[in-house]
Amino acid sequence: MPVANQRVHHADPLPRRRATRRAAPFAAGLAVLLTAAVGCAPQDDTDAAKSPAGPSAGAAACAKGELATETAGKLTVGTDKPAYAPWFRDDDPTSGEGFESAVAYAVADRLGYARTDVVWQTVPFNSAVAPGAKKFDFDINQISVSDERRRAVDFSSGYYDVRQAVVALKDSPAAKATTAADLKGVKLGAQVGTTSLDVVNDVIKPGQAPAVFQKNDFAKTALKNGQVDAIVVDLPTAFYITSAEVTDAKIVGQFAAGSGKAEQFGLVLDKGSRLTGCVSGAVDSLRKDGTLAKLEKRWLSEAVDAPVLK
Amino acid sequence: MPVADAAGTAAEDRYVPSARRLERERFKRTRARRATAVAALSTLVTGVVLFLAVVNSPGWPRTRETFFSAHYAREALPKVLDGLWLNVRLLVICGAAVLILGMLIAVARTLRGPVFFPLRALATAYTDFFRGLPLVICLLMVVFGIPALRLQGVTTDPVLLGGTALVLTYSAYVAEVFRAGIESVHPSQRAAARSLGLNGRQTLRFVVLPQAVRRVVPPLLNDLVSLQKDTGLVSIAGAVDAVYAAQIVASKSFNYTPYVVAGLIFVALTIPATRFTDWVTARMDRRRAQGGIV
Repeated sequence: MPVANQRVHHADPLPRRRATRRAAPFAAGLAVLLTAAVGCAPQDDTDAAKSPAGPSAGAAACAKGELATETAGKLTVGTDKPAYAPWFRDDDPTSGEGFESAVAYAVADRLGYARTDVVWQTVPFNSAVAPGAKKFDFDINQISVSDERRRAVDFSSGYYDVRQAVVALKDSPAAKATTAADLKGVKLGAQVGTTSLDVVNDVIKPGQAPAVFQKNDFAKTALKNGQVDAIVVDLPTAFYITSAEVTDAKIVGQFAAGSGKAEQFGLVLDKGSRLTGCVSGAVDSLRKDGTLAKLEKRWLSEAVDAPVLK
Repeated sequence: MPVADAAGTAAEDRYVPSARRLERERFKRTRARRATAVAALSTLVTGVVLFLAVVNSPGWPRTRETFFSAHYAREALPKVLDGLWLNVRLLVICGAAVLILGMLIAVARTLRGPVFFPLRALATAYTDFFRGLPLVICLLMVVFGIPALRLQGVTTDPVLLGGTALVLTYSAYVAEVFRAGIESVHPSQRAAARSLGLNGRQTLRFVVLPQAVRRVVPPLLNDLVSLQKDTGLVSIAGAVDAVYAAQIVASKSFNYTPYVVAGLIFVALTIPATRFTDWVTARMDRRRAQGGIV
């Protein structure tokens, strides 16, 4: 039978053209995807405009009240919520009361912004230091300056020299400590992300792992409950805790300023911000004319005389 | 000397695929190869496009430095692993406690008979309350509230207290999962068991619970994975777990790589657990299907 196997030979029921036709939408989709990827890449238009104004930039370059701020004509200042005493009063940064609130307004004044032109923003610590665009011109939140941190954000000059202190309940054995070595055996607590925690780990080097708290509020509660024997906080906070919040606690002592540079709080700005030079200039001039010392005396005055732990 | 028709069957038995069939199979193979090639190419192109889109974004150098820094990954890894040990211990101990307690509550809720009413009411109230209570609030109450009572002999250890809070909340979730399983067993199963002479307890133990548990393995695993991630919340009282260890490094340096490290470790932990339960479920199904499905 000559016809029997005829059909075996063209086994391809789909002619080639179909394949190319099906590839066409695929290629088109790909093209769209490519264009989209390239097209929607946001252009960072601020990069070109940013001047590398270092902290040394003179105040001359800073036009009074006309800096390139987030909102033109306004100075947006960030801080966390709750805003703790003695840095702020009654969780209200707009009052100008409390050391950091007063400093913020003083800096604004130096930059040529009236009190009414200062806008406060709630900025949690973590978002203040995250990369990416910032919603504030500078952030004031007891953030210590360090070279490591400078890689992620800009700092102004320091506006406060920090000392760390140990707080313990009056009836706990930790309250009798006179040297850092006396604290090795006790259960210590500190807040995460603070230099207080660094002091615990690097200076005291306790035998048992310290408790690390998200907020000083939790540290205070744990201290009251006896879940930790002592906590390490900065000196003004320590005075506030012992005088107002945990009255059956006392300041065991403060740590002498470490070797090298004293630890300082600085204002945080976006990395490469155009304002860093001007803001630093403002802080420097406040320090030079004694304004910072005056504000310190007014809001943090008792924070000078605590025994120094050897 | 083969018999004629035997030779015929032998010839019939030896299967030779027809040319048409061979052709069809070859065609199918080429189609499959082409499909694989297209899929691979499209995946590759998509990957390249995404990669280029990310790498050419204006903020990429800073993002890379902030989230993918080898230096901080190395610094954080040992600390994160130290913290992970706490997560693992909590997961194992709380997980066991949650399964036992959840099962007891579910059984209490599904007991029949008027005499058990107070028990049923209690179990219902418990699940309603602890399922609704946000875990963070439950943790705060237990971790800071109980030590504030200054009770003699009651622990103030944040890990023990935090574990207790986890067990309270999660056993309520798991109890509901078990209850759904128990109630999904058809009443005819109970009736059959009772008519065979099993008493109530035996019916529950040998007929209802085995079927109920088998049905709820996937949602149970969901709750366990969720528990594994929530063990980190115990750090609210100062104990340092994996995520918290990452946060300590990150907030000191303002570099977020430690979080990425901790996140990847958690994902890596979850995947084997999921595969394991898939395997257990498949094995149970195979065993059930032995002797054919009726």
